[in-house]
Amino acid sequence: MVRIGAASLAVPALLASFLALCGQRAALADEVVADLSEHLIAITTGFTGTEVTLFGAVDAPGDVAVVVRGPSEATTVRLKERVAGIWINTRSVTFEQVPGFYSVAVNRPVDDIAPATVLARHAIGLEHLIFGLSGEVPPMVTEDGRQLSEDETEALFRAALIRNMQRNELYVPEEQTVSFLGDSLFRARVVFPSSVPTGQYTVSVYLIREGEIVSAQTTPLVVSKIGFGAAVFDFANRYPPFYGLAAIAIAVFAGWLASVAFRRR
Amino acid sequence: MQIYLPIAEMSVDLLMLLVMGGGVGFLSGMFGVGGGFLMTPLLIFIGVPPAVAVGTQSNQLVAASVSGVLGHWRRGNVDVRMGVVMLCGSTIGTVVGVWIFDILQSLGQIDLVISLMYVFFLGTIGGLMFVESLRTMLKGRKGGVRRKLHQHNALHGMPWKMRFPKSRLYISALLPFAIGLMGGLLVAIMGIGGGFFLVPAMIYLLGMPASLVAGTSLFQIIFSTAIATFLHAIQTHTVDVVLALILLIGSVIGAQFGIRAAGRLRGEQARAILATLVLAVCLKLAYDLVARPLDPFSIAFGVGA
Repeated sequence: MVRIGAASLAVPALLASFLALCGQRAALADEVVADLSEHLIAITTGFTGTEVTLFGAVDAPGDVAVVVRGPSEATTVRLKERVAGIWINTRSVTFEQVPGFYSVAVNRPVDDIAPATVLARHAIGLEHLIFGLSGEVPPMVTEDGRQLSEDETEALFRAALIRNMQRNELYVPEEQTVSFLGDSLFRARVVFPSSVPTGQYTVSVYLIREGEIVSAQTTPLVVSKIGFGAAVFDFANRYPPFYGLAAIAIAVFAGWLASVAFRRR
Repeated sequence: MQIYLPIAEMSVDLLMLLVMGGGVGFLSGMFGVGGGFLMTPLLIFIGVPPAVAVGTQSNQLVAASVSGVLGHWRRGNVDVRMGVVMLCGSTIGTVVGVWIFDILQSLGQIDLVISLMYVFFLGTIGGLMFVESLRTMLKGRKGGVRRKLHQHNALHGMPWKMRFPKSRLYISALLPFAIGLMGGLLVAIMGIGGGFFLVPAMIYLLGMPASLVAGTSLFQIIFSTAIATFLHAIQTHTVDVVLALILLIGSVIGAQFGIRAAGRLRGEQARAILATLVLAVCLKLAYDLVARPLDPFSIAFGVGA
């Protein structure tokens, strides 16, 4: 939340440019335009999470949904079961194309805005997220001995994935953080926790009228490590042998230094 | 003040890390132990992924053992020949250990194995120490028992005998080699120097003079932890230099106070306190293994088996 100051500084400038935009675009039908207070989230050494503000304008009243999607990655969900008194990872399901971050911001409850079919088509809302399966689904039996179907098992692991991501604040269910300033201007707040994954994000803004999506705009957002931490991470991943040697050299030097500094005089 | 750890990819309170490093350093200075067996579980308790805790600890231990060995070196308490033979074993042990670590990590079982090994070793060592120190306390002070320089047993009949002039030993090279091998495995999988295993093994199995044991085991630990650091850096990507340095700063300072405080405690009292601590960590880890987890499902990024 350290960046709030910076975000609010950008507000007047953004507002001014959007007011100008609205003037020009008023003639076009079904239009939504939006931009972010910043397009780069820098993970620095002191990073504790941040907040990005999105500003936008619509040509006529309607509902707005803002969906932020992080970079996708294969993700494995593991189930712990009690084996000989100890909880051990037994079964696992790997999903493909799992976004590392997902949040939805709306101006009123999403179910009032559009029917489920429309939301599902655009993957708006956690329940409409679709992951691809990678590999097999293990056979599962419920506690009362019933064999679960593959679909049921997959749904179980899928729900667990979303639950875990929510617990880590990486998946945010719909929040009513879109607020209209008058009929055409709106703003939305997107919160990123300190564990936010790095990479290319997309911020999609949907304009919805009478249950149909009439306009959409997508803005890129980059989350990147910056500074010393980034250099360390980069070095460690690009040149692992040299990183290893450097880590040893630093440790040997530090150990020697400590021994000299505290040598009995 | 929060600090972002680049490899662990999480924000941690800097002050808390320094206090942890200081606390463990204090204990290691006071009891003359490495402290790795306390630091790794502590890191896991605060939410550092167990794999990163182990990889980083091996790096931190390089520094700790370098600063430890220099004092012994100045006093001539290092049997380099013995250390090198042990090192041959521990190199193989470390390589095999990191390889096993890598496989377990991709199977999703590394956390379990780390916890199980900790429960086993901490439980055994803590239990033995606790009983021994209680017995000493109950018996009261007694004169030191005179031991022979070393006892001959079946282990001395093994082949490839080698002379170790400094330790005044003529034993099979296989023995220190095997002890080193086991030590290397412990370094790679548990992120500890393995002093608590090496020291008794060198005294009782090899029959080395006690004065040489600490220096020689530290000498050997420098290399095995360095190899483990290198291998973890290239194979498991779990070495966080930033975390290692912060812990090191805390532990170096803590150790100085620990050494001073050690003079005020009687040996068996100190051992009883250490044993209680070791058993407490062991019980906490054991409880986490058997207690119903908050959510039986967990996630890991990347493709697992």
